[in-house]
Amino acid sequence: MSRETNQTTVKILIVDDEPNIVLSLEFLMKSNGYEVAVAGNGEEALRMAASFMPHLMLLDVMMPAIDGFEVCRQLRVDPVHKSLKILLLTARGRESEVKRGFSVGADGYVMKPFSTHELLAKVRELLQDTPH
Amino acid sequence: MLTGTVIVIASFVYVGLLFAIAYYGDKRADAGRSIIANPYIYALSLAVYCSSWTFYGSVGRATTSGIGFLPIYLGPTLMAALWWLVLRKIIRISKANRITSIADFIASRYGKSQLLGGLVTVIAVVGIIPYIALQLKAVSSNFNILLRYPAITATETQSNLLLISERETTFYIALLLAAFTILFGTRHIDASERHEGLVAAIAFESLVKLLSFLVLGIFITFVLYDGFEDLFQRALEYPHLAKLIDFGGDSVNYTSWASLTFVSFLAIMFLPRQFQIAVVENVDERHLNKAAWLFPLYLLAINIFVLPIALAGLMHFPVGNIDADTFVLTLPIAQQQPLLTLLVFIGGLSAATGMVIVETIALSTMVCNNLAMPVLLRFHALHLHERTDLSGLIVSIRRGAIVGVLLLGYAYFRLAGEAYALVSIGLISFVAVAQFAPAILGGMYWRRATRPGAICGLAAGFLVWAYTLLLPSFAKSGWLPLAFVDHGLFDIALLKPLELFGLRGLDDITHCLFWSMLFNIGLYLVVSLVTVPSVAEQIQANLFVDAQRDPGVRRAESLRSDASINELITLVGRFLGHHHAQEAFAAYARQRGAKSVRDLGADADLIHFAEMLLAGAIGAGSAHVVVASVVQEEPLGIDKVMNILDETSQVLAYSRQLEQKSRELEVATTELRSANQRLQELDSLKDDFMSTVTHELRTPLTSIRAFSEILHDNPALDPVQREKFLGIIIRESERLTRLINQVLDLAKIESGNAEWHTGEIDVREVIEEALSALSQLFTEKNIIAELHLAADFPPITADRDRLMQVMLNLLSNAAKFCGQSGGRVRVGIVREPAALRVDVEDNGIGISIEDQHTIFEKFHQVGDTLTQKPQGTGLGLPICRQIVHHFGGRLWVKSAPDGGATFSFTLPLKPASGTPVADVELLHKFGLPHTT
Repeated sequence: MSRETNQTTVKILIVDDEPNIVLSLEFLMKSNGYEVAVAGNGEEALRMAASFMPHLMLLDVMMPAIDGFEVCRQLRVDPVHKSLKILLLTARGRESEVKRGFSVGADGYVMKPFSTHELLAKVRELLQDTPH
Repeated sequence: MLTGTVIVIASFVYVGLLFAIAYYGDKRADAGRSIIANPYIYALSLAVYCSSWTFYGSVGRATTSGIGFLPIYLGPTLMAALWWLVLRKIIRISKANRITSIADFIASRYGKSQLLGGLVTVIAVVGIIPYIALQLKAVSSNFNILLRYPAITATETQSNLLLISERETTFYIALLLAAFTILFGTRHIDASERHEGLVAAIAFESLVKLLSFLVLGIFITFVLYDGFEDLFQRALEYPHLAKLIDFGGDSVNYTSWASLTFVSFLAIMFLPRQFQIAVVENVDERHLNKAAWLFPLYLLAINIFVLPIALAGLMHFPVGNIDADTFVLTLPIAQQQPLLTLLVFIGGLSAATGMVIVETIALSTMVCNNLAMPVLLRFHALHLHERTDLSGLIVSIRRGAIVGVLLLGYAYFRLAGEAYALVSIGLISFVAVAQFAPAILGGMYWRRATRPGAICGLAAGFLVWAYTLLLPSFAKSGWLPLAFVDHGLFDIALLKPLELFGLRGLDDITHCLFWSMLFNIGLYLVVSLVTVPSVAEQIQANLFVDAQRDPGVRRAESLRSDASINELITLVGRFLGHHHAQEAFAAYARQRGAKSVRDLGADADLIHFAEMLLAGAIGAGSAHVVVASVVQEEPLGIDKVMNILDETSQVLAYSRQLEQKSRELEVATTELRSANQRLQELDSLKDDFMSTVTHELRTPLTSIRAFSEILHDNPALDPVQREKFLGIIIRESERLTRLINQVLDLAKIESGNAEWHTGEIDVREVIEEALSALSQLFTEKNIIAELHLAADFPPITADRDRLMQVMLNLLSNAAKFCGQSGGRVRVGIVREPAALRVDVEDNGIGISIEDQHTIFEKFHQVGDTLTQKPQGTGLGLPICRQIVHHFGGRLWVKSAPDGGATFSFTLPLKPASGTPVADVELLHKFGLPHTT
């Protein structure tokens, strides 16, 4: 599958091991017109990224086994995901983690708990280049 | 015109003048501007050697033996040449050891022996008494001659009367001299051994006796005659006089000359008064350099006119009815020269009083310090130890000793004095004090000399002296039977006192000197060699022998002491802090009545004080070493050799301790390092924990906020979805609350602040209640719960609510992992020897080996990572383990990865001692607050 640039829908992959957070994000994105897919852990996230080919990924950092940083790093070495925007979500607010996030190629960083308005604004900002 | 009254008044005026000088000298000394601190005064005061013997006796001697009076001055002249070597060493030793007399010196050298000090004192007193008698005789006989002025000779009856009156005069003179000496020598209540004023007066007296003798000599030589040549020419006209000035002829007895020179050679050093003036009263050892030639010069000056006066006397009084010992006075009387006569009498008085005063002071110091005090201190009944101020007693003893010595002198005068010429009496004393020479000189240069050697030598010499010189003098005076002199003791010819062991052909003095010295030196050497010196003796021996090792002179010493004070303060400041050290030394100075510690001088006390200060900070052994490094032990510091050796071993022990400590320190450092590492690990663990807690708290909060905003922004949400979202918000809120409670709970348990309500509980009842509380959950999940109990078990001591918490946690965990169907949870209670064991077994998914350890860590949750995340805080099991540990039991899990899991914990039947069961009780006990 490939990302159709002329397609009107923008695809967002939500990755979090916390079901209720996934639920809230899913509702938010869908109600704002995005096409949404969901992954509950890092491994699933990598699989879904390849199949779903999202424009943006909302990626939780702290997950068992493969964490968000690792997912991010692996996606960035794959040229297929060159234009994929990655927005990290983390409940740990350490400065070092923010830095690490950008160093592994994240495009943005949002601290949990987040304001839904700010999150959406961030998502829209990252998706500016993406044609609607 | 020269009536008795005039003479007495003149004498008293003169004595008053001496008092004035002494008073002035003391005042100046008190003011710190000593008038005796110059070599001329020192040399003049040394001339106290020239007593009545010189003033009157030399002329008498010269009338019989020509220049035979000279050896008495040759000996001192020879010794003066050695002063820079011998006397300087004696002075140095004495200053360093605060020696007050010759007895002190000898006693100190031989291990501070009281016996030896006493012996020397006895020898000195007995030996000197004839000499004092000599002075009494001279003064009184000349006084009586003067009373007959202008007559020279008396008739036979007059003579007899005079003899009686002379005895009385002598007695009064003895008492007057005693009073005079007491006033001079013990004016000070503080009983100090130094007498600056006295020395000044003595020096003045030396001047007076020299001048009066010179004036007389000049008068006789240049007024009565036309100079020396004329006088000698005229004398040669008399055959018996020509013999006296034939220096190369038979008149010179070489043996006698040698022995007299030798005995006076020693006497100039060891006469108590010479020791007093030359050593004890010495202000500065550098004065020796000038005194070494000034003093012989004085001797030369006072002897120049002896022969002329003697010849003139013999020519003027050829009949022989005039005692040659009185020529000095009778010549001016014969010439009708009242002023000159008075001057000569004053000169003679000076010679006698000077000698008597200094001699008796020296003797009284010895009697007091070396005889009376040791004896008194032994009588505890006197409670002398308890008396803080003994100065009054000491002064009284000295005054008593002065009177006693003079009365003894008078007694000897009465016993023997009249039978002898002045010089002969004096020589008896000279030989007596010569006995000190081996012990003193040997002690200064021969380390091996011992106390028994000194005692034997001294005692033997003294006994031989007494037997061969003193007793014969009594015998000749008729107070002892002459038989033992003529035939020997017990009629044994070999024991004839004057021909001991058959030795003949020597004069009495030489004979006595030979035998006494032979026994003295012989025994001193032999006994010293066959005895072993004690430690105290060795220390003192080194002290005395090595006294001159350090070439530093006294001025350098005082400079160095000044430097030492600053160094000491700095040194102590190094260990105690500068300010503290200054304060301590200032307080010390105040205590000593000084304005500043620099006024005190770095004496032994101050050094000791500094050591004491330091010892408080660094220990006694190191304090001594440290202070010694600065103080530079005085030249005589070797007296601490033994102490230092002792302390060196202490220092060695100390350094071993140091090594030990340093090893311990290394171990401690390693421990500290690893402790620090653990702390850092704990710190990072704490950071991780905080980070994890934060994460765990943020997670439910994220859902709550997100759904709240969603609900807020979407009022038109369909009711089902709305209901669902609200449900999530409520559950996440509950989760958040539970999490916060558990975090706080765990923190409380871990910090020991948790409240425990310990009591006897029935475990079965708790388990049943827990099961019934969870029956709803089990029913929902179709889980069958079974309870297997041991036959009977005793109640245990624990906190019921906490045990319930553990059970609920384990049961809900078991339920959580059971499959959707066929789930089974089995609870068993097993009685172990010392504990009850509770097993909670499920048939769920099981726990992997690696997870079996980590599930008890905080926030570590196990679940199927591929499915939904398990609901929990990750704190349940850690809290359970803490609680069980608190009860004194343990909690563990057994599981096959696919075959269910069994969580087990034990509860001791008796609470384990040392476990924190009693935390709350303890907290109550100490009244400490604790949170609930």
